[in-house]
Amino acid sequence: MSTRTHTPSSPEASKQPAAAAPRKTLAWEHVRAAFPGALRKLDPRAQWRNPVMFIVWVGAALTTLLAITEPFLGGPAPSGGTSVPWSFTWIIAVWLWLTVVFANLAESIAEGRGKAQADTLRKTRTSTTAHRVVSYHPDADASAEEALIEDVSSADLRLGDIVVVSAGELIPGDGDIVWGIASVDESAITGESAPVVRESGGDHSAVTGGTRVLSDRIVVRITSKPGETFVDRMIALVEGAARQRTPNEIALNILLASLSIVFVVVALTLNPIASYPASPASITVLVALLVCLIPTTIGALLSAIGIAGMDRLVQRNVLAMSGRAVEAAGDVTTLLLDKTGTITYGNRRASAFVRLDGIREQELIEAAALSSLADPTPEGKSIVDLARSEGIEVVAQPRGEIVPFTAQTRMSGLDLPDGTQIRKGAGSAITDWLEEEGKRLPSSELAELDEHVERISQSGGTPLVVAVKSANGGRRVLGVVHLKDIVKEGLTERFAELRSMGIRTVMVTGDNPLTAAAIAREAGVDDFLAEATPEQKLAYIRKEQAGGNLVAMTGDGTNDAPALAQADVGVAMNTGTSAAKEAGNMVDLDSDPTKLIDIVAIGKQLLITRGALTTFSIANDIAKYFAIIPAIFMGVFPQLAVLNIMGLHSPASAVLSAVIFNAIVIVFLVPLALRGVKYRPMNASKILGRNLAVYGLGGIITPFLGIWLIDLLVRLIPGF
Amino acid sequence: MEWALLIASVGTVALALALSYRPVGDYIAWTFTTRKDWRIERRIYKVIGVDSNHEQSWQAYLRSVLYFSIVGVLLLFLLQRTQQWLPYSLGNDNVEPGVAFNTAISFVTNTNWQAYSGETLSYTVQFVGLTVQNFVSAATGIAVAIALVRGFAHRRSGTIGNFWVDLVRGTFRILLPLSILAAVVLIVGGVVQNFNGYVDVNTITGGTQTIPGGPVASQEAIKEIGTNGGGFYNANASHPFENPTGWTSLFQIFLILLIPFSLPRAFGKIVGDNRQGYAILAVMGTLYLASTFALAAFEFAGRGTAPELAGAAMEGKETRFGLVQSVLYASTTTLTSTGSVNSMHDSYTALGGMMPMVNMLFGEIAPGGVGAGLYGMLIIAVIAVFVAGLLVGRTPEYLGKKIGPREMKLASMYILVMPILVLGGVALSFAIPALRGSVVDESLANTGSHGLSEVIYAFASAANNNGSAFAGLTASTPWLTAALGVAMLLGRFLPIVLVLALAGSLAAQDKVPATAGTLPTHRPLFVGLTVGTAVLVTALVFFPVLTLGPLAEGLL
Repeated sequence: MSTRTHTPSSPEASKQPAAAAPRKTLAWEHVRAAFPGALRKLDPRAQWRNPVMFIVWVGAALTTLLAITEPFLGGPAPSGGTSVPWSFTWIIAVWLWLTVVFANLAESIAEGRGKAQADTLRKTRTSTTAHRVVSYHPDADASAEEALIEDVSSADLRLGDIVVVSAGELIPGDGDIVWGIASVDESAITGESAPVVRESGGDHSAVTGGTRVLSDRIVVRITSKPGETFVDRMIALVEGAARQRTPNEIALNILLASLSIVFVVVALTLNPIASYPASPASITVLVALLVCLIPTTIGALLSAIGIAGMDRLVQRNVLAMSGRAVEAAGDVTTLLLDKTGTITYGNRRASAFVRLDGIREQELIEAAALSSLADPTPEGKSIVDLARSEGIEVVAQPRGEIVPFTAQTRMSGLDLPDGTQIRKGAGSAITDWLEEEGKRLPSSELAELDEHVERISQSGGTPLVVAVKSANGGRRVLGVVHLKDIVKEGLTERFAELRSMGIRTVMVTGDNPLTAAAIAREAGVDDFLAEATPEQKLAYIRKEQAGGNLVAMTGDGTNDAPALAQADVGVAMNTGTSAAKEAGNMVDLDSDPTKLIDIVAIGKQLLITRGALTTFSIANDIAKYFAIIPAIFMGVFPQLAVLNIMGLHSPASAVLSAVIFNAIVIVFLVPLALRGVKYRPMNASKILGRNLAVYGLGGIITPFLGIWLIDLLVRLIPGF
Repeated sequence: MEWALLIASVGTVALALALSYRPVGDYIAWTFTTRKDWRIERRIYKVIGVDSNHEQSWQAYLRSVLYFSIVGVLLLFLLQRTQQWLPYSLGNDNVEPGVAFNTAISFVTNTNWQAYSGETLSYTVQFVGLTVQNFVSAATGIAVAIALVRGFAHRRSGTIGNFWVDLVRGTFRILLPLSILAAVVLIVGGVVQNFNGYVDVNTITGGTQTIPGGPVASQEAIKEIGTNGGGFYNANASHPFENPTGWTSLFQIFLILLIPFSLPRAFGKIVGDNRQGYAILAVMGTLYLASTFALAAFEFAGRGTAPELAGAAMEGKETRFGLVQSVLYASTTTLTSTGSVNSMHDSYTALGGMMPMVNMLFGEIAPGGVGAGLYGMLIIAVIAVFVAGLLVGRTPEYLGKKIGPREMKLASMYILVMPILVLGGVALSFAIPALRGSVVDESLANTGSHGLSEVIYAFASAANNNGSAFAGLTASTPWLTAALGVAMLLGRFLPIVLVLALAGSLAAQDKVPATAGTLPTHRPLFVGLTVGTAVLVTALVFFPVLTLGPLAEGLL
């Protein structure tokens, strides 16, 4: 027996982890807070990991050196036959440094957003006193009331230790409850203030260190090593310390590195080649050309995009144990969704009253409602609700004796003071009850009942038969209440959306194939797995993967663990067992299985953002060429003025404008990198067409305008 | 008038190619997928000790390609160095080592850059050396392309085919039969075919003239079909014995384009989706037409002092062919790594002369050399797929194969090779004083931008295994013979190494089933993206040098 405590998870209700900073994409405080970090990252050792920005760093250092030595060597060297103002090298050097700083800033801001959260989490980690049971006897003294207890620091707890936690105390470490039941405040981790129930055995036995027991007393077996607790991992994740590059990010980095190499070759070979027909460009101009050509925009924002992607998950209270999982989420082609709680509301609801021949509808509804008044289950409530909507109101407090549901009788009901007994329950239970005195029911009545029961079962519903025995021995079957699984609103559309994105949805349920098929049809899923056992789930995932599909699933029970581990994206519910959490590669703190769909969207958004900025960055080069190349050689070949289609003022102003644009565009794109490109579920061709138009075409046009505008200002600098 | 003629000519070739696309493409696909060997092939396999049913891993395949090519280079080098003692020497001396080295590499790499003059080689060298390499170097290119295609088609496979089988089949089932057919047509069209050697004749005016004969038509056929380009005569396809009329010129253009434009069909067929073949064909066709019409526009405009005086840009062009056939031939030969010429590209208008250069700098992909064009284009497609995949939010995949870090590493290195060879070669030629002296004083007849264009052209031609030359550059200096030789060698075999490694890594993967979320790679949008990628990759890398060369010369 287990009590499932679902925390509400509507958009308004989904809260930030406790002390997370207010989430505006970019506020001035974030930028200010990120400045020290950005300057610290100017250390070349920090730049080394990012080849594109490292080249900019080297270029900036080189031009600075030149700017310092130039006055002693007779002023700035003329470039390609044109002389440049004395301040040229200095200003270029400054803007190159700014380019590096802007890139660092983007990364620092992204990291900073996680920092605040990490700090609050860290507070929960501060050591508490743990009451360790010295020698625990699970059989003789499960509650550890007689055992010897010693107080130790939570930092000294080892794997397998048994601790006792009482109301009001912090749980000293991650573990499983071995005895007892308690309500626990997990707001420190989930941001959800409503307490949840945790108890030994079953699927809700896991507790997290740093959360507080509000009532009762539990005995916990510690399941984590010190320094490797759930909170420790969370801190590492949100801080980005544990960020590993994902395969896709690596592949993109390779492309960017090879583009950078090509442009280094272009820049290095330009002067020898130019020396023959023209005259060489100055080193400052070459560095400027190189920096403008290499994909600095994406190079500067790449790590910020990755950190922000993880952060977007954290904002939705999902913890990804690796960036790889986030990326895999974008590629998922098969979604395994549990029926109960994900596709349908957790409980069946009454959807119709079906009376038998010769029975007044009113009588059936009244009897059904009366028998359900005292029934606390959602099914019972739904019967009363349905009766009310049919216009039949029953008194709130029935007189008489309530007969609760038991596993033996398989029915519940009400004994009225006048001796009338009303029962509702499974068909066979009711007929057995009516026939218990040996008198058989008329076969016509039985046949009619069977027909209704059969039809409702066929359609995936649950038939609940209602019958009365009056005090004088009269017995009648009144009719059947049709209980139905209700598919959550909007899901059918959501599944259609997923299908258009190329994702197949599979419903997993313990129901029989008949019922499962009916609900699957109603919900619009592509496939279903009926009477599913954990083994079948695992087999299904393996089969899908063998066909090349990537599978995502949610799970909470220990028996889900193998499937969670096998799935490419396994989202464990935070309410689940530690085994499940250990096996999955994500944990949903809200324990909302529907969120799987959001996770897929976040994964896609991450890739799209990278792709969009890469395209933008490369497309920018066209305009930069048109700015810089004529500028470099116009001194020797005046006819190249034809290529100066932006009408830039002078060679010096053209080069500087391109460099300034290159730096500023990073700043302008930081919000986009942090927020992510908007993702709308559409088929791939449409998305590609749209993104190519925005970021490809936009990437070609924007710099033409931008450089032209900047040049209008730059030409005002004396000498340019 | 010229435009009408050009469109009619292009239309004729396009129609002929359209008619042969399916049969030839399907035939190529069948050649490389059937399990049946011909009797003559079985005999060859027995001699060289190959089990035709044994497939090779990519490493083994690569080793075979390299061994075969190294042996080819050595044999060809030896033949040239000993030609005076061999039959049919025609009184020619042994070729001097530098030129022999350059020529050996040139023919084995399917470049056919001719540091020698055609008339200085004996029939034996031409036949046993050059013609054999014309066949097998072309067959090697096709084999590597097919190996890459198999990489896409195979699932969880450690192998990508057997090089020896591919080589033998490519030669005996594709190149030989096509060449024989083509040679017959060329002979009918007036191309000479004899073993007459040099015949001295007295002309009517009383002078004497030496008429060179030779097995021209047979070599001409494989020269075009294998996108080799090494002419029998020094004047190549502008020589009336090699290319007598406008019609033979058009037919030769068809021969050059036949296999490169049919390979996409074979690709589509082998991967089991003909639409993919059409998409690649569309990319190649778009680039081909755009470039050809651009070249025509520049030449027809005829800007420059000499063309304006003469009334048309006829310098360096045969009056038999006129502007239209010259432009079409120039465009075709430089877009296919053929390098045979029927006009002198050096004499084109400045901007017109830029186009053959740009064509080669595309990396010979539209449609490119036999085999090499297809694998070059597939690399561009892989890069386009990668960017497009990111844009739609999925790990990029092409034909169900994921483009991950390893695939990207190989594709990125592939696109690095050629620019580094070209830019590096040109830069070294001017950066090192001794070399610069040699280039400026000995090799270059022109100065300034045009001189630079000649050097860029030479390195572009060598690194892309094209083989055509901007006349006016003396390439037989020690530096250029060596540097261009190295450029040809690396420009051919580094990409092959990377392509085969890519084939191996793709073949090892399982196929991801296509869903609605998969980016379709046969739609116009993807074709456009691939065209854009090809253009951008070239434009961004070579814009500066082109500005210093042809643009500076042409933008007057």
